[in-house]
Amino acid sequence: MRVSPPALVGLAALVALPFLVRTGFSASERYYLHVLVQILLWSFIYTGWSLMGRFGLTSLGHGAFTGIGAYTAVLLWNFAGLTPWLGIPIGVALAMLIGVLVGYPCFRLRITGHYFALVTLALTEFIRLFIVGLRDYTGGSLGTQPRRYGDGLSLYAVQFEPDRLLSYYVALVLWLFGLYVWLRVDRSMERYALEAASEDEEAAASVGVDVTREKLKITALSAGICALGGAVYAQYQMYIGPETIAGLGVSLNIVFGVIAGGTGVLLGPTVGAVFTQLLSEGLRVAIQGSVMLKLWLGSAALALDTAVYGLLLILFIIYMPKGILGTLTARRERPARTGGAAPAEAPLRP
Amino acid sequence: MDCQLDVFFLEAVLNGVLLAGLLALLALGLNLVFGVIDVVWICYAELVMLGMYGINDAYRVGAPFLVAALIGIVLVALAGAVLHLLVIRPVLDSPPINQLLVTGGVLFFLQAVATMAFGVEFRNVGIRLGSVSLFDMSFAWSRILTFGVALAGMLALWLFLTRTFTGTAIRAIAQDRQIMPLMGVDTRKIYLVTSAIGGGLAGLAAALMVLQYDIYPQIGLQFGPLIFMICVLGGLGNMIGGFVAAFIISQFIAVGGSCFATEWGYATAFLFFMLAIFIRPQGLFARRS
Repeated sequence: MRVSPPALVGLAALVALPFLVRTGFSASERYYLHVLVQILLWSFIYTGWSLMGRFGLTSLGHGAFTGIGAYTAVLLWNFAGLTPWLGIPIGVALAMLIGVLVGYPCFRLRITGHYFALVTLALTEFIRLFIVGLRDYTGGSLGTQPRRYGDGLSLYAVQFEPDRLLSYYVALVLWLFGLYVWLRVDRSMERYALEAASEDEEAAASVGVDVTREKLKITALSAGICALGGAVYAQYQMYIGPETIAGLGVSLNIVFGVIAGGTGVLLGPTVGAVFTQLLSEGLRVAIQGSVMLKLWLGSAALALDTAVYGLLLILFIIYMPKGILGTLTARRERPARTGGAAPAEAPLRP
Repeated sequence: MDCQLDVFFLEAVLNGVLLAGLLALLALGLNLVFGVIDVVWICYAELVMLGMYGINDAYRVGAPFLVAALIGIVLVALAGAVLHLLVIRPVLDSPPINQLLVTGGVLFFLQAVATMAFGVEFRNVGIRLGSVSLFDMSFAWSRILTFGVALAGMLALWLFLTRTFTGTAIRAIAQDRQIMPLMGVDTRKIYLVTSAIGGGLAGLAAALMVLQYDIYPQIGLQFGPLIFMICVLGGLGNMIGGFVAAFIISQFIAVGGSCFATEWGYATAFLFFMLAIFIRPQGLFARRS
């Protein structure tokens, strides 16, 4: 795949970014790198969701896939001593299998829209309850930790958390891989088949598109990416809990992150992740820094970012359904293109 | 893990029936809104949570419980109308999935606001109604009361929908969204009234739930998925289907929960739901189209 000059410049900037952080903010280097790693890992997961989300397959089940990836790898490591080099692929394969098992009847029976969202929501809930139910192994709703190997830095155990610089590059490579997969799909024949199917299934089927098969392929890919993201996230955080990596909250966060950024554009999910992470971190820092706010809100200040987040999501979906990046690119390209899967332009109001 | 056909099993089954009344009431409000406006309120359980806090606070400041419950019902009915005016009306012409997601934003918002206003501690109205014993089985009065009031509430809604002009207009809109405006029915008004009734039902459910459950900001996540599952199983918008589905699902929860652990009861219910939806994708009791 050819890489354009602006992309190369951007990539070089991202590779150099940790060193800029080191010189600019050496006092709190670890914190800034942590924020960057979070952004990159969630960007990867969001990009995985958008693989199928952009074709109208709005899944609320991806919290299940991130959970399956994370828990499979960690439990195999903790209880069978299996290296995550094998555990993570097993988790990814399991997530893909479950994605296909749930997706096949859905797509065969033309379950779309509301019904698809709610069936996949049930999958998320089932996996979360399953995790909590196996509390002897998973630690129930309190979560559990991967067993630390040596000093916590190990290639064999895929543990890299103490070295933030290394974590950053791991996350960066993962994120680039996600973009690569997205571009491969974007430039494939399958994309046209899926776009046709999302507009009109009957018509797409009548011109020879095997709708069920195409949707299954993209679902398996998307589930696999999210499981991989969840597993690496667990290795970085060194903690997994049913609320942080599985469950409805995670599913909704994924969907909203992508919608805030933009669904049909390469960097849309990334912009969404940057936006949501900076919003929550920014609000948190602002509250910590301001005595007034802290006194006024007390411990409840922790929920302020979620309140603002929820409010912004409502405004986004009403006034900017294409997301931040989607709206910007649509503005630039407006004379050239019309239509598309996204709804008609809504006026941008403050 | 003992699961024999003994008196405890019967107790679990009967408790499941009592739970079904509450779940059916919860599903009814969501089904009404979906059937008429064609929008899924993902934040429905959060409206219930709001009502529970309202009732708790009203009761704490000295209002008798019945007055507090009434305040809660009116509060949530207003919340439903406001939700429709501010959030749903601007997206009525958007793709359906956007309408579902926008109420997801409301879910986050309401949860966070509740956390900020009331904190994360569990709260309880502290009304104990005791329980009744029957052949070695015991049933909480609060559950029996809930069952009775839920059935009465559903009956009242049915009478409203069939015996009044507004009710008839609501049912007509649910059947054909395009033709009713031509017949001189103001759809905007009907949508608003329906949203308020849907909210009022959530408020009624809240009044019953404060007698049984602790109140905390995340309680919606416990009940929300359950309500959606029941609605989809019964066929979204199909009120009778939702009623029957509530009885099926609650049996899984009650019996599964008593035989194994609570979360396995819920897990089997969700598993059953996924299997059932693959056999009858439009719900077990789909409307003939």
